[in-house]
Amino acid sequence: MADVIKKATRESYGEALAALADKYPNLVVLDADLAAATKTGVFKKACPERFFDCGIAEANMMGVAAGLAASGKIPFASTFAMFAAGRAYEIVRNSIGYPHLNVKIGATHAGISVGEDGATHQCNEDIALMRTIPGMTIINPADDVEAKAAIEAAINFDGPVYLRFGRLAAPIFNDAGTYKFELGKGIILREGKDVTIIASGLMVSEAVEAAKQLESDGIDARVINIHTIKPIDKDIIVKAASETGLIVTVEEHSVIGGLGSAVADVVTESKPVPVVKIGVNDEYGHSGPAAELLKEFGLCADNIAATVKKAMANK
Amino acid sequence: MDATTRKQLQATACKVRMGVIEGTFNAKSGHPGGSMSISDLLTYLYFAKMHVDPQNPDMADRDRLVLSKGHCAPALYSVLAQRGFFPYDELKSLRHIGAMLQGHPCIHIPGVDMSSGSLGQGISTACGMALAGKLDNAAYKVYAVLGDGEIEEGQVWEAAMFAAHYKLDNLIAIVDNNGLQIDGPITEVCSPEPITDKFAAFGWHVITMDAHDFDSIDAAFNEAETIVGKPVAIIQKSTKGKGVSFMENQVGWHGKAPNKEEYDKAMAELTAQLSELEG
Repeated sequence: MADVIKKATRESYGEALAALADKYPNLVVLDADLAAATKTGVFKKACPERFFDCGIAEANMMGVAAGLAASGKIPFASTFAMFAAGRAYEIVRNSIGYPHLNVKIGATHAGISVGEDGATHQCNEDIALMRTIPGMTIINPADDVEAKAAIEAAINFDGPVYLRFGRLAAPIFNDAGTYKFELGKGIILREGKDVTIIASGLMVSEAVEAAKQLESDGIDARVINIHTIKPIDKDIIVKAASETGLIVTVEEHSVIGGLGSAVADVVTESKPVPVVKIGVNDEYGHSGPAAELLKEFGLCADNIAATVKKAMANK
Repeated sequence: MDATTRKQLQATACKVRMGVIEGTFNAKSGHPGGSMSISDLLTYLYFAKMHVDPQNPDMADRDRLVLSKGHCAPALYSVLAQRGFFPYDELKSLRHIGAMLQGHPCIHIPGVDMSSGSLGQGISTACGMALAGKLDNAAYKVYAVLGDGEIEEGQVWEAAMFAAHYKLDNLIAIVDNNGLQIDGPITEVCSPEPITDKFAAFGWHVITMDAHDFDSIDAAFNEAETIVGKPVAIIQKSTKGKGVSFMENQVGWHGKAPNKEEYDKAMAELTAQLSELEG
């Protein structure tokens, strides 16, 4: 993969907002003193009159976003996932979710790939928290192409959307010319009949890599990219359960309440087959380079392949 | 304010209070005390100040009101019913299963501009509306009604900082300073005083008014309209439970519904006040 171009989806976020500023005059961007990190600074430079820094006050920022949306604007409230979903959870629930307002939450620095900042800033719980809010759409894009398409799709969707972006540069594997983002629709990246690996966000390219490794071991793994975690694509999951009889989920998030739980909810109701979850196992992260942390926590192709082989043996 | 207008507002406020009693009695729950302390304020705003149209509750250029102290929804619902946004009888099914009128304000109710109730959040949503008004060069005003206990929430001061920073002079926050919160007097629970100094220090223009004197209310809002470049905080000195003798200044009436005997007594008092005003 030496020639693969990489870009962090937070970069995609800032670039997409700036690129879409003229097309969507109601687009307004809020940040909480992290514009340099969330990359909304790119939008600020392109469109300063529609950028508002709320200072280090995430609760108020979410409320301001709600009020803007109630008055016809399309606000993107931007901060780290830890503060967007964690600190401001109750404001997101009551001021945005309950009135079902058209607020887009741009949450960057999700997961342990935040790296050196350590556990306080590594949010592995945001998907679980946001899933509990009725009517909340959750999108976790896998690469630059998907992230940019998801942002425009979120603008054109009327309702609250939580967009999850990463700090770490991710391989760009989608083709910008042909890629189509469909809200709520999973994407089969690779057909397979023995097992299905369902991944999201940064883990999608690792899942594809794992499937290649498994091929050499004679295991034919299907790979599905679930970019929209809520509402989740039930059809693609049930079909995979029926046709492959075993599902392994991979996410840069707690195994409690995230993609794996969402997939298991569908499978247990409609087509019970074993679901093995790879993610952060009910523990905090810690400081270190992102790539090393991902390996340590098993969020890498090697561990995905090993987990699939073990699950296949028990199938 | 001329005498006729004053008397009309007083009579309407009395009917609004009757609606509060009607609603909380039928709901067997709710918050009459703080609803009664803002009944004059809401009557003034919806009948003498705000540009609203009951036939077109979502019109773009309307003035907006966020009841940040959302537990006082009975007063908001009652004034909206009096103003013609929905029938008075809706108040009788307040908080019932399947009813339109939820325990706390819900944006889907005609005339309600924002869901609220979790304290400290309404002032932020009001800031967002005021900011949208600035972006659109719209003439509308945004009113946020807060409790004096509510301002113990830290988010209120995040919003206070934001509103001053962005010079939201189309935002008017009214703090209902009745001095009582659930656990007792605000000065004993965890004092938010000095309230006027705090808002002034955050860069707001601060006005105090008598919450139960329409001339004082009118003067405060007329002054507020002259302020440029700053948000305005109106601290209204009020009486919790105002209008019903046995509810006035009683912390126990914060979140308790009247029983049948209390309902009859309260309605009799308010009916007598109304007869005097209309007589």
